[in-house]
Amino acid sequence: MSQKLTRGDVTKVALLARLKLSDEELDTFTSQLSQVLQYVDVLNEVDTENIEPMAHAIEVSNVFREDEVQPSLSREAALQNAPLTDGSHYLVPQILENATPES
Amino acid sequence: MDYQIIVGLEVHVQLQTKTKLFCGCVNLFNPDNPNVQTCPVCTAMPGSLPVMNREAFSLAMKTAVAINCGIASFTKWDRKQYYYPDLPKAYQISQFDLPFSENGFLDIEVDGEQRKIGIIRAHLEEDAGKNMHDESGKGGDSKVDLNRCGTPLVEIVSEPDMRSAAEAKEYLEELKLLLTYIDVSDCNMQEGSLRCDANVNLHVTNDDGEKIATPIVEVKNLNSFRGVELAIEYEADRQWDIYQETGLKIGDVAKETRGWDATRGKTFGQRGKEDAADYRYFPDPDLVPVTVTEEEKQAVRDSLGELPAARRSRFIEEYSLSKYDASVIVSQGNSFTLYYESVAKSCGDGKQAANWLTQEVLREMNERKISIEDFPITSDGLATSLINRVRDKKISIKSAKEIFARLMEDFGESNESYGDNKAFDQRVEQLIEEMGLALVSDTGELEGVVDAVLAKEQNQKAIEDFKGGKQAAVGALMGQVMKQIKGADAQTVRKMIIEKIQNM
Ligand SMILES: [Zn+2]
Repeated sequence: MSQKLTRGDVTKVALLARLKLSDEELDTFTSQLSQVLQYVDVLNEVDTENIEPMAHAIEVSNVFREDEVQPSLSREAALQNAPLTDGSHYLVPQILENATPES
Repeated sequence: MDYQIIVGLEVHVQLQTKTKLFCGCVNLFNPDNPNVQTCPVCTAMPGSLPVMNREAFSLAMKTAVAINCGIASFTKWDRKQYYYPDLPKAYQISQFDLPFSENGFLDIEVDGEQRKIGIIRAHLEEDAGKNMHDESGKGGDSKVDLNRCGTPLVEIVSEPDMRSAAEAKEYLEELKLLLTYIDVSDCNMQEGSLRCDANVNLHVTNDDGEKIATPIVEVKNLNSFRGVELAIEYEADRQWDIYQETGLKIGDVAKETRGWDATRGKTFGQRGKEDAADYRYFPDPDLVPVTVTEEEKQAVRDSLGELPAARRSRFIEEYSLSKYDASVIVSQGNSFTLYYESVAKSCGDGKQAANWLTQEVLREMNERKISIEDFPITSDGLATSLINRVRDKKISIKSAKEIFARLMEDFGESNESYGDNKAFDQRVEQLIEEMGLALVSDTGELEGVVDAVLAKEQNQKAIEDFKGGKQAAVGALMGQVMKQIKGADAQTVRKMIIEKIQNM
């Protein structure tokens, strides 16, 4: 990542994360994120020729649990932190999933 | 100008584990009790950690072997990022570049033609929850139920190898049969444990011989076999119209996602979830990779048992069944074929057993909406008390079917199965007597009745007619005899009447 992070990149990432950023915030984050990336860019100096990519930071594999049912949360507990519920569901602003069928 | 339909299917299958993929919440279809099967892991509480369900991975490997895929020796999980209310983590744990299995195929047969459908890959991922939208049109809030969130799913991606809607339907049906045979999923489409997306486009051959592919359209969330067939046919017609109008080729426009409206029988444009698929996959640091040894792979292969295709071939070979009968029996599922084999072995006549099962038994199962597990007559009972009595000429096949119908009526009223074979056999014996269906082997008794009928004044005309060459006249006489001796064998009666008239 030696390319410079643009304001457009930050706008896109914000959209994907459903974050609404003001113009000032966009400037701030573009500059801050650029610095973070520059910092990580140091890694590009390491010669990784002929080195297998790692799938995980620790050398452990095959961690499983048995297929045994554990108690779930009560519905009340599950919903208690939600900003809005109807007592049995989480409520979220209407999702515009489908366009109306063509007639 | 002509065109060829090109179809590839992406099939999602829920695995029938007891618990979810990464937590101990129960894996159960439970739409009437929303949000009672969740925990900090599947609701993405900070600090919670997913741990892989061993059984889910094991079922996934069985699936891979059944669809002739190789099992990877090394596989890992990745985060597929997208923001949606049914996905509390804002990413789905899925597999990106190193799925647990690749490069398989499924053989299908359509209109007598064998087709090999390639399978690109199968990977193991978690299901999302369920959103319910306000249907009133007033823009009310959407409801979210996370019971399903984290259910283990295997996604099976085929090559674009299907050339018609019928082939796509057959592929899906064979896949369902296969996965239910090996008990990895119940494949219940109504409950969403088998879901299907279809990628459809056309290969057009222009008048000058030039071949052109049209843009690919993905039709999402097809939840019935019929829906798959109809949606593909509709899409092909629609794309053909568009091509003729616009001449648009693959690459000219972005891949489109469409929904299927089963009520109207039409596909419709859907707004994309994000601008284009920007899922930003990366390896999930919460989960460690899984390695599989050659011994473990072999153990999975050995554990599968006989698959539907092999069972069809064996039935044709071993019981001299027609291809059609073998296919009907095997397509009813594993338990039905076990019942069939048991009947066939008990009565020693695979063909008769097949006739009974594909006609009488299946009809009753369908009419009464019961599975073979709930069928009231045991395989042994059917074979020894009914089929063997026909073989031994104790009753006619027609009588056996009448008795069978009576037994099923009794069951309809009492709802009690005939578990005890001895009691069942006594009941059959009783019905034979009650209904007067015993085949009369005593020709003396039969002769008496035939003589009496032939002596009747009113029958003399029929006898003369027969002598005069009117073969059909014998029917009325037979009817009278059979009425008196219900269990009489029709052929014997006919022969006796004709002999007696000829000797008059
Ligand atoms: Zn959970």
